[in-house]
Amino acid sequence: MTTSALSRKKPVDHAPAPRKPVNWRRVGAWALVAVAVVVTIAPFLWMLRTALSSNASLASNASNLLPADFSLGAFKRVLGLQSPEEAIAEGGSGAAINFWLYLRNSVIFATVTTAGQVFFSAMAAYAFSRLRWPGRNVVFGLFLATMMVPPIFTALPNFLMIKNLGLLNTFAGLALPFLFMTPFAIFFLRQFFLSMSREVEEAAMLDGAKHVRIFFQIVLPNAAAPLATLALLTFIGQWNEYFWPLLVGQDESVRVLTVGLGVFKSQSPQGAPDWSGLMAATLIAALPVLLLFIAFGKRVVNSIGFSGIK
Amino acid sequence: MTTTTARGAVPARKATGTGTGTGNAAPRRRRRPRSDLKVALFFIAPALLGFVAFYLVPSIRGVYLSFTEYSVLGDPTWIGTKNYTAIFADDLFWNAMAVTVQYVALNIGFQTVIALGLALLMHNVAKSTFIRGALLLPFLVANVIVALLWFWMLDYQLGIVNEIINWMGLPRIAFFGSEQWAIPTIAGVNVWRHMGYTALLIFAGLQSIPNHVYEVASLDGASPTRTFWSITMPLLRPVLVLVLVVTVIGSFQVFDTVAVTTGGGPINASRVIQMYIYQKAFGESDFGYASALSVILFVILALVAFVQMKFLKGNESDLD
Repeated sequence: MTTSALSRKKPVDHAPAPRKPVNWRRVGAWALVAVAVVVTIAPFLWMLRTALSSNASLASNASNLLPADFSLGAFKRVLGLQSPEEAIAEGGSGAAINFWLYLRNSVIFATVTTAGQVFFSAMAAYAFSRLRWPGRNVVFGLFLATMMVPPIFTALPNFLMIKNLGLLNTFAGLALPFLFMTPFAIFFLRQFFLSMSREVEEAAMLDGAKHVRIFFQIVLPNAAAPLATLALLTFIGQWNEYFWPLLVGQDESVRVLTVGLGVFKSQSPQGAPDWSGLMAATLIAALPVLLLFIAFGKRVVNSIGFSGIK
Repeated sequence: MTTTTARGAVPARKATGTGTGTGNAAPRRRRRPRSDLKVALFFIAPALLGFVAFYLVPSIRGVYLSFTEYSVLGDPTWIGTKNYTAIFADDLFWNAMAVTVQYVALNIGFQTVIALGLALLMHNVAKSTFIRGALLLPFLVANVIVALLWFWMLDYQLGIVNEIINWMGLPRIAFFGSEQWAIPTIAGVNVWRHMGYTALLIFAGLQSIPNHVYEVASLDGASPTRTFWSITMPLLRPVLVLVLVVTVIGSFQVFDTVAVTTGGGPINASRVIQMYIYQKAFGESDFGYASALSVILFVILALVAFVQMKFLKGNESDLD
């Protein structure tokens, strides 16, 4: 990210300078942009700075911009590579946080729900955009109407159902409500399917191809870009999901990172919280999203607005 | 392109209700008379299962539960509207509403103004995707992570913000720890998280305003300020209203940030409505009462959306 930042920023920065008299309006505008970018990015750098500090030294160097007593101990501590004695010596909690387990759980939860949701929503979008059947518009309207329902409203009954099914603290219980559809995903894909040209599909239809084949061999490959965008947005959303896993996934064996971080925060040894450890943990937890963003940032940025509102 | 997609959601819903098709996205019918019902059932089956099992049935059950007393053990017992009458006499409920409304006002007020400014900057000055990406970053990071990061930066003793305040010779602030600061602080944290995202939504709206309108304005010698108030704002209004509806609805449901930082405290200072529902259901196992609370929240959100659409005329464009 940094390299592309430099290469792209430089010409823009220098553009207003030469020849023309200084345009103070523009300078002021750029100053505001700079402030906004600094305010947005600086907290992340502070997160990194804290994570690279030794927790015991933070108190005496609270305002030093560089890591206090540089140490990778916080990362080691979080990843379970530090013995409890070392951890306590560095100001961490002796208690282990099962970070790898939470990481694995988050990966399973986010991947499974993303795959299911995007695929099943694509199937539904196909039925809404390509097939004629009685009640189609009514069903679609009902689906859309659920976009207005606040998640908490369905979360309580859903919790009770998952509990009655005996699926509390299982991956099935975590994933099921997200697995089949969201109204947003169906709406988003239907919109794309409607805008796609149908010539190839109609030719295939004349050749006797069935809908299933058309869906898999023509529509899905042609919609690869929007499908990827949707999958990206869905994955980020699922990775960050907190409320539902908090309700049904409290047990260690299925606890995801967001829930784990909340627990980690509340176990502060002898009063003083392990800030370095906490920041190292949040940094690692945010890392997959940051990496995805560095790799596909443009796609994400351009999808906002198009996708309208999530 | 951008706004029609977003705006399409609203007319599409209306159309199915009233039967007056706006022609929105209705696919052109092929001339085949037969229906694809069987194939369609196959394609729609998983989504329909998800819809019925996790949206439709829970919604109905949620309304039913709100008329019962239910503590998870045993069966729900029907008690009529007792939950609702109890809620209206419940000081903690009114406190939660007041706290939530205060949060929404602060959050939406600052967020919308800042985002509008940023969107104008993105549109007119800083046109690089990199800057847009940088400003979007906080939105992509989990609420929980953002909350923890600021919980640390705003710490009373060691937080960098209080260090700066102290360095400027001002008294330290207990951002999350004092009753008068808890809600403004949480609102501020979420302004930070959402401003870039909201700005991008508004930016998409700005881009949909055709250039020729601006060209005419500049030919007429309109000042930038005049152009902004007479052209940009009126033409942006539908997008702005939609953004407001969505952000206000989201804002009313604030939970993660509160849960991770203050847990609703100090005392009741940051017990927002969703926190109260959560505590009633999972702290006190009072699912009937919690369901009634969430019905009320749902009704409030629907009303807020309706009022905003109605009075700000969100579904009409001035561009005709």
